[in-house]
Amino acid sequence: MQKLLLGAEAVAQGAIDGGMSGVYAYPGTPSTEITEYIQGSPIARERKIHSMWSANEKTAMEAALGMSYAGKRSMACMKHVGMNVAADCFMNASITGVNGGMLVVAADDPSMHSSQNEQDSRFYAKFAMIPVLEPSSQQECYDMTYNGFDLSEKYNVPVMVRITTRIAHSRAGINQLAMKAENEMSLPKNPTQFVLLPAIARKNYKKLLAIQEDLVKASEESPWNKYFEGADKSKGIIACGIAYNYFRENFPEETCPYPVIKVSQYPLPRKMINKLAAEVDEIIVLEDGYPIVEELLKGYLEKEAVRGRLDGTLPRDGELNPGLVAAAFGFKVEAGLAIPELVVGRPPAMCTGCSHIDVYTALNVAIEKYGKGRVFADIGCYTLGALPPYNAINSCVDMGASITMAKGAADSGLVPAVAVIGDSTFTHSGMTGLIDAVLGKAPITIIISDNESTSMTGGQDSSAVGLIENICLAVGVEPEHLHVLLPLKKNHDEMVEIISRELAYDGVSVIIPRRECIQKAVRRKKTEAKLKK
Amino acid sequence: MKIDIILCGVGGQGILSIAAALGAAALRNKLSIKQAETHGMSQRGGDVVSHMRISDKPIHSDLIPTGGADMILSVEPLEALRYLPFLSPKGYVVTNTTPFKNIKNYPEEQSIMDQLNKLPHVITIDADKMAADMNAKRSSNIIMLGAAAPFLDMSYQSFEDGIRDIFGRKGDDVVTMNLDALKAGFDFSMKNKK
Ligand SMILES: Cc1ncc(C[n+]2csc(CCOP(=O)(O)OP(=O)(O)O)c2C)c(N)n1
Repeated sequence: MQKLLLGAEAVAQGAIDGGMSGVYAYPGTPSTEITEYIQGSPIARERKIHSMWSANEKTAMEAALGMSYAGKRSMACMKHVGMNVAADCFMNASITGVNGGMLVVAADDPSMHSSQNEQDSRFYAKFAMIPVLEPSSQQECYDMTYNGFDLSEKYNVPVMVRITTRIAHSRAGINQLAMKAENEMSLPKNPTQFVLLPAIARKNYKKLLAIQEDLVKASEESPWNKYFEGADKSKGIIACGIAYNYFRENFPEETCPYPVIKVSQYPLPRKMINKLAAEVDEIIVLEDGYPIVEELLKGYLEKEAVRGRLDGTLPRDGELNPGLVAAAFGFKVEAGLAIPELVVGRPPAMCTGCSHIDVYTALNVAIEKYGKGRVFADIGCYTLGALPPYNAINSCVDMGASITMAKGAADSGLVPAVAVIGDSTFTHSGMTGLIDAVLGKAPITIIISDNESTSMTGGQDSSAVGLIENICLAVGVEPEHLHVLLPLKKNHDEMVEIISRELAYDGVSVIIPRRECIQKAVRRKKTEAKLKK
Repeated sequence: MKIDIILCGVGGQGILSIAAALGAAALRNKLSIKQAETHGMSQRGGDVVSHMRISDKPIHSDLIPTGGADMILSVEPLEALRYLPFLSPKGYVVTNTTPFKNIKNYPEEQSIMDQLNKLPHVITIDADKMAADMNAKRSSNIIMLGAAAPFLDMSYQSFEDGIRDIFGRKGDDVVTMNLDALKAGFDFSMKNKK
């Protein structure tokens, strides 16, 4: 019987069945459900497959590489911007190569449903010169992780699995394959493989360069890349990953007149592309994310007739959908009814009773006399403090940037400057910035709004629980400028007073308003009630 | 046969329970399913939508094309209007009338009802009140599923089986309550459809 799974869950199930010994990840939409599925899987528990959250994506990538070093199959999962955090390890892991198979799952978010940008992770894989598997269906999500470890071990490189929001968060029936055994622990055959001293790195890099042709060949022979013949040579289509579905929605296989290449494994299958280019008048490239394939084919001199996102055949940004693809082929797109004018937006908001609300209410009062424009925030539920009625923050850039941007602004004279950061974001990448602030004696007030949870992504456990005060003290925050508050309406005056006092202090202050996320509290009480029964 | 449904509401209203019951019903009938959901930021009280596609042939796109949905099934009246561009000319709107007001500028309720009543095929149902009257407050979403059932090309029994599949673990009382809710919604639509 088929199992109904989200694409993200299919990735997880494929990895479990493919003999993975550990997943390492930091939450981030749309990748979170991969690790959560493994955490909840009875068979994963039985096999003791590692699935505890990592502090950030870089620690996750490194731990996954460590597991691979020791011969076992590992997977690192993250949202696309997590790749930026993990990039140092990622780029070097293609030079070390792997021992046990290693998959890097990058979950992109075209249209920025829950993200700061829509960067395309395929660029990272190209940068690192490793293969990418890009599923077009939930079944391929499963099959690709199941088989991806073999690919990684065969060519001795990490392999990227690139998914997007739409496939990660869409459910379909999956057929499972027989469960493979895990690898035994084993050391790398070459004891210096992972020692990237320049002399060794140069050798490894030449090896990586030397297998590039093999990787192209692997793509040409891949069961996931397909050439469909077509009689009408006026156009040829290259459809990548999920864009292939939108194409088939408009041109089912039985009635499609044009030659088509379905691309789900990179580097691009060169022979197929050459064949298509030789037989058609123009090529239309359909890809979700950046026009990376289109750009590659177009070259610099604009001689080739390649169409896609770069020439306006498709929009340059945003997620693709069946209608946009239909329009690219000149089909009439059904418009449906217009949205009545009275329909207003319904933006996400902090929950009633959320502790962040009490924090912003107090901060807004305390900071008023200094004027606007001095609150550097970070990424999490508290970012919603940017919206009315709070209008409390002035930045949200990347995880951890609150403390460091406040320091930079204070260095240029914006005093006092304030940082607002969540507990999980603090241990993700805020604490290193705190060291800079303390060493530089920056006149900034840091509010670690601690809801004891990683809430924006669904309430995962936070690495920070029980650690924050000790971390702050250990890096040199003065005890008299470290405060823990209970953010409740009734404590409003006390909170305003303490924040005001610390804003006036010419050095680093840390204020930790701490109250459990109310969503998490409700879930915890439900589970506790169940356990009692 | 194909059924394309836009399922919508506000983050936290639990539209995915409807999707799960529909999915179970479709699996029972050995049909293909694709169901794109909203996760992430919008779950914090923003608008959420699920594209539910059921077919006896393989389904390609995870998203329903505009103008292609056979039904908009909404657990909130304002949200029903938000997705009208997806509705096919022959499609039905089935919506709960209880508003979810978590925004300051929520439009006047009567003007929302006027817009809804202008549509050619629409069922408006106060599922929250109906559920409260039945002493089954948490089943209003299943009442909505029942209200949708007469317009979907699947047997009533497959919906019942779907409910047994997803609520079975929670015991007979919960199953019976939800079967009653399904029936109440179904009867309402049979009586009120034009
Ligand atoms: C590099 C990176 N990784 C992951 C995310 C996804 N993400 C956004 S907010 C967030 C949770 C932050 O938790 P916390 O700081 O505790 O704040 P809360 O949401 O609990 O208020 C995560 C994981 C991201 N935006 N960027």
